[in-house]
Amino acid sequence: MNTTVAYQAPVHDRGGPAQPLLVVRDLKKYFAVRGGLLERTRKFVHAVDGVSFSVLKGKTLGIVGESGCGKSTTARLIARLMTPDSGSMIFDGDGVAEFGGIELKEFRRNLQMVFQDSFASLNPRLTIAETIAYGPRVHGVPAAQANRLARELLARVGLEPGQFGSRYPHELSGGQRQRVNIARALAFSPRLVILDEAVAALDKSVQAQVLNLLQELKAERQLTYLFISHDLHVVHYLSDQVMVMYLGQVVESGPVEHIYGKAAHPYTRALLSAVPSMDPHHRTQASPLNGDPPNPINPPSGCRFRDRCPHAQPVCEARTPTLMAVGGNVSHQVACHMNDLLSGQFETIQEISV
Amino acid sequence: MSAPLVSIRDLSVQFRGNRTVSALNQVSFELGSGEVLGLLGESGSGKSVTLRTLLRLHPERTTQVRGHIQVARQEVLALQGRELQLYRGGTVSMVFQEPGMAFDPVYTIGQQIAEAIQAHEAIDAASARQQALRMLERVQIPQARRRFDAYPHELSGGMRQRAMIALALACKPKLLLADEPTTALDATVQIQILLLLRELQRETGMSVIFVTHDIGAAVEVADRIAVMYAGRIVEQGPVAQIVGKPRHPYTAGLLASTVGAANRGKPLMAVPGSPPDLAALPPGCSFAPRCASASNQCSREFPPVRSQDDQTLACWHPLHPFTEAA
Repeated sequence: MNTTVAYQAPVHDRGGPAQPLLVVRDLKKYFAVRGGLLERTRKFVHAVDGVSFSVLKGKTLGIVGESGCGKSTTARLIARLMTPDSGSMIFDGDGVAEFGGIELKEFRRNLQMVFQDSFASLNPRLTIAETIAYGPRVHGVPAAQANRLARELLARVGLEPGQFGSRYPHELSGGQRQRVNIARALAFSPRLVILDEAVAALDKSVQAQVLNLLQELKAERQLTYLFISHDLHVVHYLSDQVMVMYLGQVVESGPVEHIYGKAAHPYTRALLSAVPSMDPHHRTQASPLNGDPPNPINPPSGCRFRDRCPHAQPVCEARTPTLMAVGGNVSHQVACHMNDLLSGQFETIQEISV
Repeated sequence: MSAPLVSIRDLSVQFRGNRTVSALNQVSFELGSGEVLGLLGESGSGKSVTLRTLLRLHPERTTQVRGHIQVARQEVLALQGRELQLYRGGTVSMVFQEPGMAFDPVYTIGQQIAEAIQAHEAIDAASARQQALRMLERVQIPQARRRFDAYPHELSGGMRQRAMIALALACKPKLLLADEPTTALDATVQIQILLLLRELQRETGMSVIFVTHDIGAAVEVADRIAVMYAGRIVEQGPVAQIVGKPRHPYTAGLLASTVGAANRGKPLMAVPGSPPDLAALPPGCSFAPRCASASNQCSREFPPVRSQDDQTLACWHPLHPFTEAA
């Protein structure tokens, strides 16, 4: 059958190395909120509001932000676990689920996801070897071959197949279960792996092991990662490009050394300085931001960060900033009026960075 | 020197059921008044069990507790009835990780704080409300008067944790137990809560035991850090020593697996393996199967806890041994 052939076909780079593996354009998702009995107007959570980015081949794009900023929704929209309200995606030069583009089923084979909750994302009634072999079998791989593949993958992620293959998820520790999830994601030889807080629930010493494994697998199989996390240390460690989200929008994106070295957006700066200091002699003295992230149901007009921003001015309320290159560097973009000399914001990024 | 506020000696806790789990094994430590101790460890290392045992929250039927706990000259394990009620909340109180779960969803936060005050002090309802409101203002909840009548679900995560701290401090406890109070919060909110705890501790002069798995959070608030592994305290010392010059290989491993700018792109020096099963602890040092410098002695007998000045250590082959006592 056709599917079998497609599954076994070796992954080939169609668009060439310069073609981004995934381009996302203006992705939007609003969730309707059930209002009270007497409320006339329907309210919407602006979960993802016009997000555009691209992921280069063989690179890792890290997405950071606080809870409710839309990073997980973005991941789910890309994997098409939810249908976006609007927006388009291009996978290695082919439009996803478009006429003449790549079919959704084939796209999903090229893209796999690892979730935060390692227990909830495994079927408790299947042994872990069955879990890994399940996907390939659905796509038409003979049982014997799928089982062999499962054992190979288990061995690769550091779980002895003879010892672990016949165990059920509840018999494994958190770190081991997350290895199973990674093995399952690799069963399709995907090109893009979305890691949605994949190491957040693990203990520090186990987290380091899993991070090492992810780095090895990436080099070995030419994978591209979309790494979603709220942990700035881990994103710094793993990512090549970083995208910072706030209330459903991208506020800053750029190479990791620019984001961590010369962040241009006040929110990015605040986020970075909120990381606890590791030096007992230089403890953090003042909190960089007050209050919690606002409710995404009624985001503030103009710049969504202006309520908490120490540099907010009238223009921030009146107009929504757009992503613009910082200091002529096209790869580093920020959505802030301070970066736009024509916006009417009196301060500039250079002034506040002193 | 005055007696320490908290003194725990050889505390062991076992949970019995289908199998017996040794959650704590001969833990001893002391805490002076006004001191902040950070209990650092991974899941299953016994940090939360230590706190709950201090409050006697474990069901007595299935829990076997041995050892001595003294808080403010009271023998905690002997408390009964009304004494125990006054001890909980009055002498010692706790801030939980999930403020959403710790509050009762059907009462407003103001009612719950006022109720706690009335349970401990002979005071009329109106002044209890006044005191509760003052507590909410003290933990820097904006528009405290309005938030007083809010139900827990109406508050954001950071606000709920502030309310939880207000509830814990309402009866002016001498000791505050904080069980991962910032783990469920966002980074920008976490630092606010850490700073608030530090400020309140300085104002009231209470002692705090702060449980966390995040070294960064412990460094921000604690004076001393005790590192726990498999139900034992393996190393204890001032923050600067633990972070700067760890003696136990496990502490060093924890610090090495903290990722950051320094080790970008390089493989991490991860501690191999995973924490042991508490129902079947290996004989000898529990960390031996994962330790690079383990010897035969390590897997045979448990290293004795040795101490020097304000540091303690339980390891046969420490990275930095104590200098021989002169």
